[in-house]
Amino acid sequence: MVAFVLVLIGMGYAVITSGSASATSPATANSALIAQGRNLFVEDCASCHGLFAQGVSGQAPGLIGVGAAAVDFQVSTGRMPLAEDSAQADRKPPHLSPAQTRAVAAYIQSLGGGPPIPSAAQVSTSGATVGLGQQLFVANCAACHNFVGAGGALTNGKYAPALTQSTPTQIYEAMLTGPEAMPVFNDLTITPQEKRDIIAYVTTVRAEPNPGGFSLGRVGPVTEGLVAFLGLLLFMVLAALWITAKHGKAHE
Amino acid sequence: MSDTNSPGLPGAGDPGDTSWPEYLTSGESHGTGAGETEGRAIPHRVIGTPPPGASRTMLAGQGDGGAEPPAVRELPADSDNPAQARKVEKVIAACFVLAMLAGFGFLVAYSIIGVGSLTAVLHSNLALGGLLSIVFLLLGIGATLWVRHLMPDVERTEQRHPMASTPAEKAAFKETFTEGAEASQFVKRPIIRRTLIGATIPLAIAPLFLLRDLGPLPGTTLDTTVWRKGLRLIVYGTGRPITAAEFNSPGSIISVGPEGYLDDDDAMAKAAVTIIKFRPGELVFGPRSRPGGPSAPNLVVPNWTVDNIVAYSKICTHLGCPAALYEQTTHHILCPCHQSTFDATKGAQVIFGPATRPLPQLPIGVDAQGYLIATGPFNEPVGPSFWERS
Repeated sequence: MVAFVLVLIGMGYAVITSGSASATSPATANSALIAQGRNLFVEDCASCHGLFAQGVSGQAPGLIGVGAAAVDFQVSTGRMPLAEDSAQADRKPPHLSPAQTRAVAAYIQSLGGGPPIPSAAQVSTSGATVGLGQQLFVANCAACHNFVGAGGALTNGKYAPALTQSTPTQIYEAMLTGPEAMPVFNDLTITPQEKRDIIAYVTTVRAEPNPGGFSLGRVGPVTEGLVAFLGLLLFMVLAALWITAKHGKAHE
Repeated sequence: MSDTNSPGLPGAGDPGDTSWPEYLTSGESHGTGAGETEGRAIPHRVIGTPPPGASRTMLAGQGDGGAEPPAVRELPADSDNPAQARKVEKVIAACFVLAMLAGFGFLVAYSIIGVGSLTAVLHSNLALGGLLSIVFLLLGIGATLWVRHLMPDVERTEQRHPMASTPAEKAAFKETFTEGAEASQFVKRPIIRRTLIGATIPLAIAPLFLLRDLGPLPGTTLDTTVWRKGLRLIVYGTGRPITAAEFNSPGSIISVGPEGYLDDDDAMAKAAVTIIKFRPGELVFGPRSRPGGPSAPNLVVPNWTVDNIVAYSKICTHLGCPAALYEQTTHHILCPCHQSTFDATKGAQVIFGPATRPLPQLPIGVDAQGYLIATGPFNEPVGPSFWERS
């Protein structure tokens, strides 16, 4: 048992040090980027997260150690800066440009630790196995995000967003960092190659042919059945009213 | 009977005469319908008897000695507004013509659209169903227009003859039945009667034997899963075992199955498990488990966890859906089918929804290589309640 705990500690340490090492080296190489990021952070983020990203109790979490990937996900999807204090931040056009987002991410990364932004090669779906991605997606993601990534409801106003607009980088970052209510899928549990498979499934399934007609969100028989039920009900009621209506005073 | 007779009164010789007067005068009141021209109730009248001409004619007394007055219609034979009626007539005829064309179209579509391919079947279904729907819809619209615009809007009440048979008829039936029964000798020859009844018994109990085809009884198979001590937890999809060191990010969840059974759908239907990693201090521990004893309700069994990793059955205790929606911020496990919500930090106790029992916790540990393994089977049946569940 002692040996196991030691192994555990050792591996955890290895993970942390390797993560921060690979992340801080490009960051330190560009201190100007970090300085720009700090200025942007003070302008756009510090009012909630605190001047030193230390967080404000009851208002916003501290960002030290969350990593560049979390920053890139939240800012590039437009979720941060937050529009309003609601159950969940909605996707919206991003406030910062991609370059500005990278600067803020570099600043947060420089504060220490956390997963970095995945490179383009890391999220490339070329050579990915869509079938395995589907298996993993169905077992671990579809419960909330729906089989084709259409999203779904959670509790108290929270929801799993649709994945129809997510970029491969954003999908990767979401799995890595677990934004909001989403659980974390780290690179040891779901390897980078398996994450690429999942991304390949999510992006492939979007290209499935649309048979046309009213899609009703394409979330399956629930909306279709509801619409058919209500539509037919309305039709039957109107038909019954028309058939039984008195016809003026034609036959007094 | 003549025209001036009280309408509807039957002749004196009617076999059911005792009930007629009460029937006709039994306090029935008619509303003043649209067809009642003189502001009083239409007299009761039995279909088939002459119309109550006297009550309808405006020229009272003309019938005495004069020629027979022209029969007064109860229902107008033509519309009040002939011009509009002609217009409606054309619309109705158009509906019926279109219905006829759609009907021919149905026949044509049936004969020319094949069902050789999936696409052809789709087209055939669309054409046949659509055209048949049009036929019936147009017939219905035409009939409704006809009734509403051309037929008179007059309410009529048809008096019904008493339903009971007369005593004479009853006596005659009884006599016929008795004679028939005696002539058949069904009563007199018991051996025929009894063997006939015996011959039908197997047919009567045959449906009981069909119950056997519902399949073998589940026996005790619902009580247990394939999980047993030493089986590794295999990540569903990747097919790899997983170590506690790999599954080290708080807020993680992953679906796993028992080693060697991931492709066995029957086994996985009960054995699917989710493992969740928590931050230190988030779990609310109950007492340690006793061997074979029940787990503490609504609390995490501490010696069934590894480094704040807990394994719960993925099968909802309500109706068996995969309860795998996990909010890492609230630690709630949701079932997508009926919104049962379980608190993963407190032994997956039910905090909302129709489920009545917590998700069973699987005892887990680590083997010599550090992989997560089951340290025993579930100590209660997983999934929904069933009749024999102890």
